[in-house]
Amino acid sequence: MSARWVVRIGSLAAGLLLWQVLTATGTTAWLRFDRLPTVVEVAQRLVEQAGTAEFYTDLTASLGRIAVGFLLAATLGITLGIVVARSKVLGDVLQPLLEVVRPIPAIALVPIAILLFPTDEQGIVFITFVAAFFPILVSTRHAVRALPTMWEDAVRTMGGDRRHVLLNVVLPGTLPGVFGGLSVGMGVSWICVISAEMISGRYGVGYRTWQAYTIVDYPGVIVGMVTIGLLGWVTSAAVELAGRRATRWLPREATA
Amino acid sequence: MSVLVEGLTVRFGDAVVLRDFDLAVRTGELLVVAGPSGCGKSTLLRAVAGLVPVAAGRVVVDGQVVRGTSRDRAMVFQDDGLLPWRTAQRNVELPLALQGVDRSGWRAAARRWLDRVGLAGFERHLPRELSGGMRQRVQLARTLAQRPKVVLMDEPFAALDAQTRADMQELVVEVLREAGTTTVFVTHDVDEAVRLGDRVVVLGTGEVDVRREAILAAVRS
Repeated sequence: MSARWVVRIGSLAAGLLLWQVLTATGTTAWLRFDRLPTVVEVAQRLVEQAGTAEFYTDLTASLGRIAVGFLLAATLGITLGIVVARSKVLGDVLQPLLEVVRPIPAIALVPIAILLFPTDEQGIVFITFVAAFFPILVSTRHAVRALPTMWEDAVRTMGGDRRHVLLNVVLPGTLPGVFGGLSVGMGVSWICVISAEMISGRYGVGYRTWQAYTIVDYPGVIVGMVTIGLLGWVTSAAVELAGRRATRWLPREATA
Repeated sequence: MSVLVEGLTVRFGDAVVLRDFDLAVRTGELLVVAGPSGCGKSTLLRAVAGLVPVAAGRVVVDGQVVRGTSRDRAMVFQDDGLLPWRTAQRNVELPLALQGVDRSGWRAAARRWLDRVGLAGFERHLPRELSGGMRQRVQLARTLAQRPKVVLMDEPFAALDAQTRADMQELVVEVLREAGTTTVFVTHDVDEAVRLGDRVVVLGTGEVDVRREAILAAVRS
């Protein structure tokens, strides 16, 4: 194991140790750690929950909502980002509409989602979609506009048409920017799916975490938070890894 | 394939970059257009390539008025113009793929052209893994693979060191003569202009500087 991994794991272990000491000793120094569960209590609760079918139902429900909402957002966000940046007419038609909706936080659309969709499930997926859609759209739009014109000129003087430019320049050339948007979009969609589940869900990690809070099961709340953190980390890492593989041509700093 | 520029005027907004400009390039000729930065040399090339709209006048290539880009008129850029996500081999293959040549045909032709410009063994390298001179060689191979009738070169060696530049000049003259293409080569370097051109045209402020052209013609002879 490299020295860097020892430092990383050591840092995590030190954080857990500090938490255990502060909660087990009931420290109250302005912040009140005496009401929070200890690491050991949370670990015990996690083991208990991991033995129930309900835990996995919640996990798959949240992951499924993220998968559908995020994939829809990626497809539509990348497509519209390219269209808005490349077509003056469609840019003029779509941009004002998108710019008016963009500042509205996705979570503020929960009441609309409840009214608009026949089921809660569809509403939650919609919130997840909206959350990821705008970062992806904006990053793609910027990436298309930042493309050096020389690459397009090169393809055009080879006899390439608009389709060739799209396939050979725009799509590969914007990948670094697009993946930046996908990374941000994935993080925001987790925040919103959990919030939406807390408000209107029947299953899911967010719903279960809120349920634990209402029945004063604080170790359960922390288990929910840790689960959300881990799921968010794994899915963001997957996007990051896919991005690195797709943009191997970029110059990178050597890492030990 | 001859190139005829007649009364060409190009504007960018209110700025007139070229005004009522005339030029004739004979088939198979290597014409160098020299002149200081900002005199409209690159704009002239881009107009011949069909990349910029013409405000007045026309560009005629092989009897046809230019109305857009064409694979017959290839452009060689100062900053190599290679697609950074494609290896050297795949950059050279691109014009062949766009022309609908079958895949096995691309590969063999691309390898042949890379070999011709002295880059055998570098097929799988990405542009960022190559030196400036090597990237320009890849660009030259890509241009030749396209088999254009006219090659438009926009200060392709401006960023290279003296030795690499001299090597590239030699290579360019050799391969373009071999291919028999009509070439318009733009540079701000008078030495380069004299060394490469069958004929040198000097651009002043968007117009041909006849006096300096005559001096250069005398130097060349």
